[in-house]
Amino acid sequence: MNTLKAVLAASTMLSVVTTASAVDLEVTHWWTSGGEAAAVAEFAKAFDATGNKWVDGAIAGGGNTARPVMISRITGGDPMGATQFNHGQQAAELVEAGFMRDLTDLAEQEGWRDAIEPSSLLDSCTLDGKIYCVPVNIHSWEWLWLSNKAFEDAGVPVPTNWDEFVAAAPALEKAGKIPLAVGSQSWQIHGVFRVLLISLAGPEIYQKVYGEKDAEVAAGPEIAKIFKAADDARKMAARSNVQDWNQATNLVITDKAGGQIIGDWAQGDFQVAGEVAGEDYTCLPGLGVGKALETGGDAFYFPSVDDPEISSAQDELARVMLDPEVQVAFNLKKGSVPVRGDIDQSAANDCMKKGLAILEGGGAVPSQEQLMSPDIINQINDLMTEFFSTPSMTPEDAQQRFAGIIGSAS
Amino acid sequence: MTQQSRPNQLFRNLHAKIAAIPMIFTAVVVFAGGTLWTIFYSFTDSGLLPRLKFVGLAQYERLWSTPRWLISIENLFIYGLGMLVFSLVVGFILAALLDQKIRFENTFRTIFLYPFALSFIVTGLVWQWILNPEFGIQNVVRQMGWESFAFDPLYNPDIVIYGILIAALWQSTGLIMCLMLAGLRGIDEDIWKAARIDGIPMWKTYLLIIVPMMKPVFITALVIIATGIVRVYDLVVAQTSGGPGIASEVPAKYVYDMMFSSQNLGQGFAASTMMLLSVLIVVIPWAYLEFGGKKRHG
Repeated sequence: MNTLKAVLAASTMLSVVTTASAVDLEVTHWWTSGGEAAAVAEFAKAFDATGNKWVDGAIAGGGNTARPVMISRITGGDPMGATQFNHGQQAAELVEAGFMRDLTDLAEQEGWRDAIEPSSLLDSCTLDGKIYCVPVNIHSWEWLWLSNKAFEDAGVPVPTNWDEFVAAAPALEKAGKIPLAVGSQSWQIHGVFRVLLISLAGPEIYQKVYGEKDAEVAAGPEIAKIFKAADDARKMAARSNVQDWNQATNLVITDKAGGQIIGDWAQGDFQVAGEVAGEDYTCLPGLGVGKALETGGDAFYFPSVDDPEISSAQDELARVMLDPEVQVAFNLKKGSVPVRGDIDQSAANDCMKKGLAILEGGGAVPSQEQLMSPDIINQINDLMTEFFSTPSMTPEDAQQRFAGIIGSAS
Repeated sequence: MTQQSRPNQLFRNLHAKIAAIPMIFTAVVVFAGGTLWTIFYSFTDSGLLPRLKFVGLAQYERLWSTPRWLISIENLFIYGLGMLVFSLVVGFILAALLDQKIRFENTFRTIFLYPFALSFIVTGLVWQWILNPEFGIQNVVRQMGWESFAFDPLYNPDIVIYGILIAALWQSTGLIMCLMLAGLRGIDEDIWKAARIDGIPMWKTYLLIIVPMMKPVFITALVIIATGIVRVYDLVVAQTSGGPGIASEVPAKYVYDMMFSSQNLGQGFAASTMMLLSVLIVVIPWAYLEFGGKKRHG
């Protein structure tokens, strides 16, 4: 009995000692698909190497499911060590209310202002001249992923732009393929629409509608064309009945679907499946015609806590996330572009190089999260998902309601 | 002396009153206080966090011009009506059948009640698979030879709410059946004998004698079903997440999405106030009939 007590006492002391020397930092995020999990493991590895411990708080189900959990934990007084958000307006009110740590000193010390490109990423983290988050990657939505094998089976050449893709749809249908795979979650359907808008109508129109919230342009002829294109897309996606984006990507990987419009995070899943860009799949940034990419992405915020040990571990994590080597390792697995302009990009694959070329050509436009509040984005999400699932809803009706939402936001 | 013989009303049954304090506190502060707070803030433009900037009825105007909310209300109406009618009717019929002194009654009762042991999330997922056209009922029937058979309620916006209704009925009818069965067992055997002597057919005995005698059981069942209707949320999330499109949205999901995903508390509060109002519209007449009636007797 006494020995047992001694063992228990010793083990309790031991656990006290271990927690004192290394800090367990819980990091919440919504990266759960194969490629994403591999990427986040790079952060964990690099952070563990500093002597601290990364406690993984992955929340499945995508950002729309994960963010409410994160926000209620922060406002409810149970903050995690660090948490992912898309930088922009998602966490703006949390920052205003003082829930997030001010990282300005660390940023100056590490010279983030000079290192991070494009600088709009850091601007989205900035409120009243103070920096509150660490951008970790650049993601762009404007990608069309095509399965080469699916087109081969259908006996048509792999398209090089959106119009050819639409023209090839009947052949794909005949071969028993789903022309366009779209996950039925509303943010993905809205994403498809936005990609059509930025790629086919151009970044100026996008800026007018999403940036300046100009309801007249939203009701105008340029956007009418986009709704016609979205009408094509919903017909091509009529038989796609999967929920998550990676299930839709999997339809392309397994050659059951011709293509998918989704951001560059899909690339990680193509890599995990052992597919090679150019041989097994084709990527068309800007749907093969556009010369602009949204430069949104993910950022990490650090809730303010009283414990100085946790604060210093948070600093350490922020430093690790922007470390040039970690940036390359993480972004290669994630399929995204590093946020630092001063690092070697030669490891990037074909698709990433195409994307980098567009960004260097001045094709960077701000992401929807940087331009709009979640409330407006969700209203458009609802409209788009209704449009895609209701064949009787005409493009004209949908456009009228779209213009109404844009008008209410201005 | 008089003071001792007639103690203060406040201190009678003091222990019971002390024991009730936590519940009184919860009812007043958490329920009533929370409700008033919610209604109050529904007139503001609160975003992610509550803030006191009044916008009048703007949140309600937006609410009632949002197609998604209108669809939610329509769905709740169909779902509510279906739940009320079918749970009561099917629950009563099952109970009446079990009451025929059949063999293996315990086994049947267990089978019918078992779905109630599952959460709505599990129920939703199970029925999502059963109703999936590729590996559910449709596929099974087609493999049996009926090639053109089509049954895919979860993928058809016009009937998706009935797909959800089926799952909800499967889950909750067992409980109603058990309540009804208990009620039937509470009926005196002599009433049956008297009815039989009078030559009243069985269905007529049930409908005209037994059912009116079971009024308290029906009211209990009604309250249980009604509360389940208004708060339906998890079943929809698990089964369709509101899809296809927004065809199976329900008010509780609208409230949640507005408050936490859209970061628009004001809109969420306005929607939940409307939900409260709809509950009151049902409850107040019922309470008036139920409790107002007793006074006349007393």
